[in-house]
Amino acid sequence: MSDAGRLSFHVPAPAVRPGGTPDFSDVKIPPAGEVRRPEVDVAAEEIRDLAYSIIRVLNRAGEAIGPWAGRLSKDELLEGLRHMMTLRAFDARMLMAQRQGKTSFYMQHMGEEAVSCAFRKALAPGDMNFPTYRQAGLLIAGGYPMAKMMAQIYSNELDPLKGRQLPIMYSSREHGFFSISGNLATQFVQAVGWAMASAMKRDTKIAAGWIGDGSTAESDFHAALVFASTYKAPVVLNIVNNQWAISTFQGIARGGSGTFAARGLGFGMPALRVDGNDYLAVHAVAKWAVERARRNLGPTLIEYVTYRVGAHSTSDDPTAYRPKTESDAWPLGDPVLRLKQHLIRLGVWSEERHKQAEAEILATVIETQREAEAHGTLHSGPHPSARDMFEGVYEAMPPHLRRQRQQAGV
Amino acid sequence: MVEAIRDAMDVSMQRDENVVVFGEDVGYFGGVFRCTQGLQQKFGTSRCFDTPISELGIVGVAVGMAAYGLRPCVEIQFADYMYPGYDQIVSEVARLRYRSNGEFTAPLVVRMPTGGGIFGGQTHSQSPEALFVHVAGLKTVVPSNPYDAKGLLIAAIEDNDPVIFLEPKRLYNGPFDGHHDRPVTPWSRHAQGEVPDGHYTVPLGKAAIRREGAAVTVLAYGTMVFVAEAAAAETGIDAEVIDLRTLLPYDLETIVASVQKTGRCVIVHEATLTGGYGAELAALVQEHCFYSLEAPIARVTGWDTPYPHAQEWDYFPGPARVGRALKAVMEA
Repeated sequence: MSDAGRLSFHVPAPAVRPGGTPDFSDVKIPPAGEVRRPEVDVAAEEIRDLAYSIIRVLNRAGEAIGPWAGRLSKDELLEGLRHMMTLRAFDARMLMAQRQGKTSFYMQHMGEEAVSCAFRKALAPGDMNFPTYRQAGLLIAGGYPMAKMMAQIYSNELDPLKGRQLPIMYSSREHGFFSISGNLATQFVQAVGWAMASAMKRDTKIAAGWIGDGSTAESDFHAALVFASTYKAPVVLNIVNNQWAISTFQGIARGGSGTFAARGLGFGMPALRVDGNDYLAVHAVAKWAVERARRNLGPTLIEYVTYRVGAHSTSDDPTAYRPKTESDAWPLGDPVLRLKQHLIRLGVWSEERHKQAEAEILATVIETQREAEAHGTLHSGPHPSARDMFEGVYEAMPPHLRRQRQQAGV
Repeated sequence: MVEAIRDAMDVSMQRDENVVVFGEDVGYFGGVFRCTQGLQQKFGTSRCFDTPISELGIVGVAVGMAAYGLRPCVEIQFADYMYPGYDQIVSEVARLRYRSNGEFTAPLVVRMPTGGGIFGGQTHSQSPEALFVHVAGLKTVVPSNPYDAKGLLIAAIEDNDPVIFLEPKRLYNGPFDGHHDRPVTPWSRHAQGEVPDGHYTVPLGKAAIRREGAAVTVLAYGTMVFVAEAAAAETGIDAEVIDLRTLLPYDLETIVASVQKTGRCVIVHEATLTGGYGAELAALVQEHCFYSLEAPIARVTGWDTPYPHAQEWDYFPGPARVGRALKAVMEA
């Protein structure tokens, strides 16, 4: 045996498990307004430090400060708040609907509303998102009808996807929302391909890819970065780091790299890390990356530092693997409360108006839900026919499927 | 056949500016089998280009491009290298139309050289067609000659569904009947080596009868079409050799008409036996021709081993093995 002794095996573990006291002291959070804002044509190697910091605009007092602030009007901010509140109310009602057996499955956004809602407002019509399952804010903030989302969740007779997809795996070309696969990471590289096509055709549209912290471990993530960097694809590559991949803490996927954003550095790609619970910061950084892509300056990798307050899905129980109070200890706060506080500070919002808006939004969601349920829920009322199951596998139904449909008697 | 395949892409790229071609070594160099030679020079680097060595990436970006509105025709250097891209094919390409209810489609072609006979060992000889036929939403094509290769590839590129296009690499330079010890015949001396200029298609889903016969039906595709023809000639058995050309959708009518006529059926493929495409064919023949059958259906295939190197010709289902099966079926 050498002087080095025997080897030992390293498995990263989170600092705290159920029963322990939540501790986020390892999440280094710089003060709001501290991180500089480079020009969009900056060379990637000049901003390597931005992959290790956190761009923040809103401070604890609810003020918007620093070089990334001042890019949204009061009306835009009020609209942003309304979008996040709508998404939260929508989630609450659909979670309840799942518990009532009206659908099989649901995934909520609690704590992560700012990421997709603010990002959507940085895009132009015609741009295409390749989302994962926790970016419904792209639809809500893009004006997609909630009724259609519910029809999909209920797989009812108005389901635009004819009952073929798991709930929340929406698709809308018109709203720049690519069909969600449900397989992790596969669509990150497809976003790059879409962006490459736009450049090949000398178009002006850009693409946005989405992935979670855990899924960055998939080969698809690396293939996406290789292709995006090789062909300078006009794409914004978004990593939503919500700390948890079902029960697996983010340290398992991240390994020794320090941050997920830092993965972009080896590809020569600008990589920014942003406070994902800060609507203004998310929007400002998204806008920066979108402009880079639009000006043909190539891809940007963004890590949104946020926290998944709820369970991974309705099939998950987070109390089995993390302290119950961990979300209260999350140091970046709640995105809705932070924007609300900022708007109150600006003098354009108040506690009363917030309560009133909450009630209005909830009433709208409930009314929409009532109408959606009149068209059926998963196990009752009208829904897509068994005949629909055989349609759309191919453009034209081949003979073997025709025979099988006949056999099925539908 | 290499020229015919290249010509199919050339013609398609001329007719439709949305057709793009890419893959490993495909651009400047023109592909390791030279199937894309000259396309980059002719159409520019936006239409034909080299990619990183990432089959996942090649198929993955092709999905995004197809969703945008292009018609990618990508090359996987060997079918044996396809597996890193298989998830993109199975989970994404095949189901995109279905899961989005037609809102997004992936009209793309994945070309890959398949099969052995070139001393390629286990990593350059596989025939993975059953892995694609098993996946709902894909079409799978295996041409056996230059005329078909060009017409089928143009049809595949123009098809609005994803097509897996498996090119038997042993046929690139000439027909091959399995007699590896004899001199290679070039396509220039073969009738199906004649390839018309310009645009034409061979429809997907239609088989071709290569040799008419009354005694036994042989179902084959790719290289095995020539092996089956040789076995029929050498045994003197009046076999009808059907070249399936498209494995899915398959041409059930032609298969059933032939077996009902002959009452006997031998299925030949180079891929491994168990769970192979031949099993599906045998099931179909049994379901549709049971009362016409006068003998059990026989399968002649590669053995259920990885594709060996030195033992290539022991593995390869050559004319002698096919001939024995023909005789056995006739005597049954």
